[in-house]
Amino acid sequence: MDLYLPIANLSVNALVIVLLGGAVGLLSGMFGVGGGFLTTPLLIFYGIPPTVAAASAATQVTGASVSGVLAHVQRDGVDFRIGGVLVAGGVAGSIAGAGIFRLLQGAGQIETVISLLYVLLLGSIGSLMARDAWQAIDAKRKGAPLPPRKRRHHPLVASLPLRWRFYRSGLYISPLAPLALGFVTGILTVLLGVGGGFIMVPAMIYLLGMATRVVVGTSLFQILFVTAATTMVHALTTQAVDIVLAALLLIGSVTGAQIGARLASRIPPDWLRLFLAAIVLVVALRMAIGLGWRPDEIYLVEPL
Amino acid sequence: MKTVQALILTGCASLMLGNGSPQLVPDISQRRVEIAYSFTGAELLLFGAILYPGGRVPKRDAEIVVVLRGPSEPILIREKQKLGGLIWVNAESTQFRSAPGFYAIASSKPLDKLVDERTAAIYELGLGNLQLSPSSGSAPDEQQRFERGLIDLRQRNELFEERANSVEITAGVLYRARLTIPARVPVGTYSAETFLIRDGKVLAAATRDIEIAKSGFERFVAEASRQWPFTYGLAAILLSLGVGWGASAAFRRF
Repeated sequence: MDLYLPIANLSVNALVIVLLGGAVGLLSGMFGVGGGFLTTPLLIFYGIPPTVAAASAATQVTGASVSGVLAHVQRDGVDFRIGGVLVAGGVAGSIAGAGIFRLLQGAGQIETVISLLYVLLLGSIGSLMARDAWQAIDAKRKGAPLPPRKRRHHPLVASLPLRWRFYRSGLYISPLAPLALGFVTGILTVLLGVGGGFIMVPAMIYLLGMATRVVVGTSLFQILFVTAATTMVHALTTQAVDIVLAALLLIGSVTGAQIGARLASRIPPDWLRLFLAAIVLVVALRMAIGLGWRPDEIYLVEPL
Repeated sequence: MKTVQALILTGCASLMLGNGSPQLVPDISQRRVEIAYSFTGAELLLFGAILYPGGRVPKRDAEIVVVLRGPSEPILIREKQKLGGLIWVNAESTQFRSAPGFYAIASSKPLDKLVDERTAAIYELGLGNLQLSPSSGSAPDEQQRFERGLIDLRQRNELFEERANSVEITAGVLYRARLTIPARVPVGTYSAETFLIRDGKVLAAATRDIEIAKSGFERFVAEASRQWPFTYGLAAILLSLGVGWGASAAFRRF
């Protein structure tokens, strides 16, 4: 079924896009990530212009995180205080990101930077996740459980001035740390069309030392608001949000997310993490190959 | 009133009897192409009649060339080069002041057999003769390299097309040609030019305009995103919130 996308200016097979959204939604439901890191590259492979892909993927992530946030709020898994600080940083970051986007676009390097960032971020985080998951699985097999990690924030975070109490996270730290973290993910959201959960969750655990109980919920809470802000920033600056494309992705991904959440409860969590790490690494590898391979198109045309 | 009538009369007379040179009466199957939700491209039939003075068709047939071209716009072309033997990045770039977003040419014989290079350049016949007006002061051979790159790219996107032997001429007076426009065609006012050519000379030329525009919902969305970006962004956010909430509400029942 062919459908014309009014902003991307091309027609796509609607079923393919819905299925793509569904597959991403399935993974996001299983792993509790937004899935933007998969949607944007897949849309670009399909032939959607990179800017439209990143803008519309951000809109999709908003929809995919709604049900997650609702579920976590019900079981008290969101720290609204630190979440609010993260959102403030994220919104500022998305505005700064729009400026960086425009700068890179003017220099003609936006595609290269997007690909490089994907390779670096996904490659390093995928490897970390794979190592952690494998250690956990290995330890369980040998019957010797890993020594529990000491929950402590990074010394750099401790040295920041002006401390606040974040009761639900069990923290007494400077709000500048989550503000900076939110800012960085906000920039990434605009550039890459990702929610940033795959960066935020490890950062919350290893850098801030937040209580694990509220990590996923608070990260989803931040993603919800920052991707919404990003959609607005894109609508106002690049004007590349394709509402038809976003709607197709949403239909697929919200359905997939519900099914994925049900599937996840049947698979051991360590295997689940190993699985996600493998997917992340495959995407990173594909992007890396794409950078070094002779591209199909040597020339790129931009209207002036 | 009299003068108008006289003008029309002389116009008709010159059309039918002629003042020595033949005339073209072109038409198109669609004067307006609407891009709606199911648009996957369109096929246009460009047809018409050749009117010879006195209605006498000469023994030696003349040939027909039909050109459909889209609105021209200034563009920037970037060229990728391998950086440090590792990754491909955009390196050099050049600008053209008037690159047509669409250009398709159909002719009844291969172009090089119809006109010489000079005539082809004057009438911009053929992909090699587009007047792109390079605006940056780069070297001519570099400009040519970018020009070839642009033509090759747009040919593979079906935005540029050259079709020889694809104009059918019936009894020396009726002609028709089919040209296709792909789904990713730019919108705007297109011109369909018809040329009557014999012995390397253009005997007559005529132009018709075609409007290619988004229609209905697609037009509304494209306009809304440009004219009311804040409302548009808000609508996109509300849509995603609504669908996300709706799905989790619907699945809770199972």
